[in-house]
Amino acid sequence: MDASNEVSLELRDIAVHYGAVRALDGVSLGVREGEAVAVMGPNGAGKSTVLKAIMGLAPVVAGEVHWRGGRLEAETHEIVREGICFVPQGRRVFTHLSIEENLEMGCLYLADDEEKRRRLESVIELFPILHEKRGDMASQMSGGQQQMLAIGRGLMGAPDLLLLDEPTLGLAPIVVGEVFEKVREISDRLDTTVMIVEHNIKGVLEIVDRAYVLDKGRVVHEGTPESIRETNVLTDVFLGRAQPDRDDGEIDEP
Amino acid sequence: MSLITQAMRGLRASGPLRGIPRANVERIATILVLVWAVGFMLWQGAGFTITLTTVFAIWAILAVSLNLVVGFTGLLSVGHIGFFGIGAYTMAILASDASYDQLRTESIPTPDWPFFAALPIGIAIAGLVALGVGVVFNRFRDDIFVLVSFGFAIISFSFFLNLRELTRGAFGIHEIPRPAFGGWVLDGEVEFLAFALVCLALVVLICWLIVTSSFGRVLTAIREDEEAIAVFGYRVTHFKLAVWVLSAMMAGLAGALFASWTSFIDPNSFILLESMLLTAIVILGGLATIWGSLLGALAFVLLEEGMRFLPFLPPEFVGQARQVVLGVLLVVLMLFRPQGLVGRYQL
Repeated sequence: MDASNEVSLELRDIAVHYGAVRALDGVSLGVREGEAVAVMGPNGAGKSTVLKAIMGLAPVVAGEVHWRGGRLEAETHEIVREGICFVPQGRRVFTHLSIEENLEMGCLYLADDEEKRRRLESVIELFPILHEKRGDMASQMSGGQQQMLAIGRGLMGAPDLLLLDEPTLGLAPIVVGEVFEKVREISDRLDTTVMIVEHNIKGVLEIVDRAYVLDKGRVVHEGTPESIRETNVLTDVFLGRAQPDRDDGEIDEP
Repeated sequence: MSLITQAMRGLRASGPLRGIPRANVERIATILVLVWAVGFMLWQGAGFTITLTTVFAIWAILAVSLNLVVGFTGLLSVGHIGFFGIGAYTMAILASDASYDQLRTESIPTPDWPFFAALPIGIAIAGLVALGVGVVFNRFRDDIFVLVSFGFAIISFSFFLNLRELTRGAFGIHEIPRPAFGGWVLDGEVEFLAFALVCLALVVLICWLIVTSSFGRVLTAIREDEEAIAVFGYRVTHFKLAVWVLSAMMAGLAGALFASWTSFIDPNSFILLESMLLTAIVILGGLATIWGSLLGALAFVLLEEGMRFLPFLPPEFVGQARQVVLGVLLVVLMLFRPQGLVGRYQL
């Protein structure tokens, strides 16, 4: 993990409201170039919403997202072309397409076939299992293999920033370790900046440079894995002791 | 759980199709329909075969075009008949013979264009209407999409019936011409059939090019998970709109052919029931396969025409009996083979 000091992604006071529910309430965070950063917290803390806000998939009512010095105000399809890829929660592979076709969906818009082939080879090198089964339908894969496919599909966009939403959700413990290893490899070998939302705290703290802890739509802690392990912040947020209740995240109706 | 539900589950679990490989079921279904078609045509002779094949060609164009939307993209539309009607009425209004004495009642201005001048206009108007409607429909999916497409079928029928200054309402429009290449008019049934089959081949080719291209793969991905494909930078609404418009234009072509073949149209040809039958054909044949739509259209035409010849069925009940048989067939198929005869995807 070779992180520079330059902040490439920055969220400034982001607020996201789903109707009357405040999913994010003034979240500010930054990710340096080449860094791997985790976003953690209990259910409903707003972890996935952070990623969706970056991708233009959540209703941001206040605040700004900055990417490499410029404000990111584009629509999702333009954000992808800025070099940001999102691997959504739950794998969501296309089961009626083959593995190779699934991978190609990550960069189908590319006109350069040679570049597509190069990316495909690069992803297959990282995930050899995808090569062995490339002609099979995605529905024939196991959960762990589908997760590898989902990450590989994200990498087909050759992202500078890879956003991963709960990549180990619902996977067997032995596969969880494998997925974390791959994420670490992506960060180290491909020098891709990674932001990962994860509920498996022990595992994710092994592979990231820094982590943010969210609770009820706010950042309650930020630091290195060591600093988080030394404090009780995670115990506090998971037991609901980190900050006073905000009426369960509800706001007054306008 | 009710006894009926239990019985149905039992039937499905131990049903005759269970355990038979998919390829075999598809092969058997295909052979059965084709044998049925050949046998029926041999029995009825050349004249009836030509009529039957022409009807098949028109329904097949409609079914293949609708499958693009329903089967390949996952948007269950029950309003496709509206575009069929637009193509038919555009052809009728632009090309019907102005001198014909139909115009003594509820006369409408007809420019008396040749078939090939009216045809592209009919296709284009169907596409333009689809574009306008699609911009609104793009907001919807699943059950709501079914409802709004249902609404479109009703609205379009109302237009055909009530816009009398243009459509002559319930009187219908007569004397719609056959295609003509210079002085060669395709007024023979065989010539028209050949022309209809060329149109069908063209539509099948276009659909095949679409579904085997990267565009087609995006459609499959949209059908499976619209949100997941959007995060890879695809503008889902544009893809859906494009396939919707293309499909409507093909339906417009089918409508123009239909109007020219029958030489008379009225709003009864474009009622909601016809639209439901069309959707049933697509599901019956199989979703997300072009071959399925061709097979579904053939099975439907054979069923529809074949029932005329059942000796125990009085002629006045043939129409209703067709609908009952098709309805029962659809229910049985959904119970035992929800993907249709040769389908790749089920609703």
